[in-house]
Amino acid sequence: MNRPVEYTITFFAWISGIILVAAIGMLISFLLYKGIPSLNLSLVFGETSPLDALLIRKEVVDGLFPAIVGTTLLVLTSVILAIPVGVACGIYLAEYCKTRWKPLYNFFIDVLAGIPSILVGLFGFALSVFLHKHLSEHIYPCFLISSLALACLVLPYIIRTTEQSLGNLPFSIKTTALSLGASRLQNILFVLIPHNLSGIISGIILAIGRCAEDTAVIMLTGVVAMAGIPHSLLSQYEALPFYIFHVSSSYNSQMELMKGFGASIILLAICICLFTISNILKRMAANRFATRT
Amino acid sequence: MKSFLEKYAERGFLLSAILSASVTIFILSFMFLFSIPLLKGGHIVQFLRLGWNPHDGKFGILPMMVGTVIIAFYALLIATPFGIGCAALISVFSRKGFSSLLRKLVEIMTGIPTVIYGFVAIFLLVPLIREIFEKGTGMCVLSASIMLALLILPTIVLFISDAFNSVPKNYLDAADALGATLVQKLIYVIIPSAWKGIISGLVLAAGRAVGDTLIALMIAGNALQIPRGLADSARTLTSHIALIIASDYESPEFKSIFICGLILFVFTTLIVLILRLLGYFEILREK
Repeated sequence: MNRPVEYTITFFAWISGIILVAAIGMLISFLLYKGIPSLNLSLVFGETSPLDALLIRKEVVDGLFPAIVGTTLLVLTSVILAIPVGVACGIYLAEYCKTRWKPLYNFFIDVLAGIPSILVGLFGFALSVFLHKHLSEHIYPCFLISSLALACLVLPYIIRTTEQSLGNLPFSIKTTALSLGASRLQNILFVLIPHNLSGIISGIILAIGRCAEDTAVIMLTGVVAMAGIPHSLLSQYEALPFYIFHVSSSYNSQMELMKGFGASIILLAICICLFTISNILKRMAANRFATRT
Repeated sequence: MKSFLEKYAERGFLLSAILSASVTIFILSFMFLFSIPLLKGGHIVQFLRLGWNPHDGKFGILPMMVGTVIIAFYALLIATPFGIGCAALISVFSRKGFSSLLRKLVEIMTGIPTVIYGFVAIFLLVPLIREIFEKGTGMCVLSASIMLALLILPTIVLFISDAFNSVPKNYLDAADALGATLVQKLIYVIIPSAWKGIISGLVLAAGRAVGDTLIALMIAGNALQIPRGLADSARTLTSHIALIIASDYESPEFKSIFICGLILFVFTTLIVLILRLLGYFEILREK
């Protein structure tokens, strides 16, 4: 291989690195440049006083507050729905599952993890149509359907991280309590899970991030542009990512656009924080046993 | 008493596992259930044919399929060389401090919400593309492909750099002993022994590109036509689903979106099968 070719390849690698950094830098700095001026309390609360809004004494009409509350409630509900099933499934796959059945479960969960989020949304929508026809006339796409669909979306993340963090434990830790006479369940609850809790939590935080950023699922399952704070599980609601999408497609004034930029910064900050925490926890969990296996 | 608890806990775990696996089956069966009326009517051929005009009873989803394939293809075409270049930079060329910094940046990129990529693209990329082509709105195949490439780039980079890192160390030592330069090591040792990982990363990225909704919906223009060039507006299967959700549950155009859903589902399953064949999940689990 001659010199010029070698130089070209090295040069190209550096160029692609620079392009990547530049692209992401431009994206974030553009967002900050446009959005920073609009970041203030009235962006969130409009003309209502923050205290009144937080205590839900007054409705916030022209701020992001309902969207932020909607996203928070949505994330909480879906993660609470997904955690027990996901963690239990992960425990089953890591500890109980027979090797004969494991590939089958793995296949289904891998497919679920790969399904485009719009399909999960379509599933939620179809579910609401089905329930509307066969169960109750009052069921339309709503908060509950959205959180169910989002729970399905993030289930594989929780399952995988739980399974991996239990499976990656050193053999000695897995077997010590068992050899001392602990039962399988005791071993899982008091030894295995506490030993790698940070791994499991990193999966849950990743799931929270995915819930918060996802737009395709909620678009099909009941999010609307103006709804206020959701009052019941069957009501429609607002959410931050959908607000951004809505602004981008149908803004009427510069004011509204500025609010869109503000909302983008808030969402970006939330998501990056969550993903960073998740990554740090994952690294901690991985490093813990790296040295003494 | 203890064995009683033990038994029920195990059953609970088993039940959750079955529930999780059946979510996939539920999704598939709902897609089927809702598209049965159309499949039964023998309209399948009609669906694959050209044209979309609900008033004339035309529900061809061919334009959407072509749009999906073209946008995803260009995105992969743009992202692949840069992805491999970046991965090589992280794993081979740069020093440890810089490479871990770059890697962290790429990891952070995976956390940026899709809707934000789309939102920024509307105000940053679309006007630029409009200037370049000097016609149309700038919402076209090219804009969507560029943005989609940026979206799937982290997946490609992280995966391929992992594949590069998992090349056995004695291979590298042997190459070093023979006096190979970094580029020679990359071309003759690392890439040949990590090709499975490279392909897996690209297949995974293709899955992401086809499955993404927001970018195509926001900046591909959503015109119902088969795109004939980079400057044409196009609609993908995913954005088609998002656009058609109509209030009339009985209308044929509403049911046709479930056919789109089925196609996407089959595609996802294919991706998972290919990745299995390549041993991707084994690579992932070993880590």
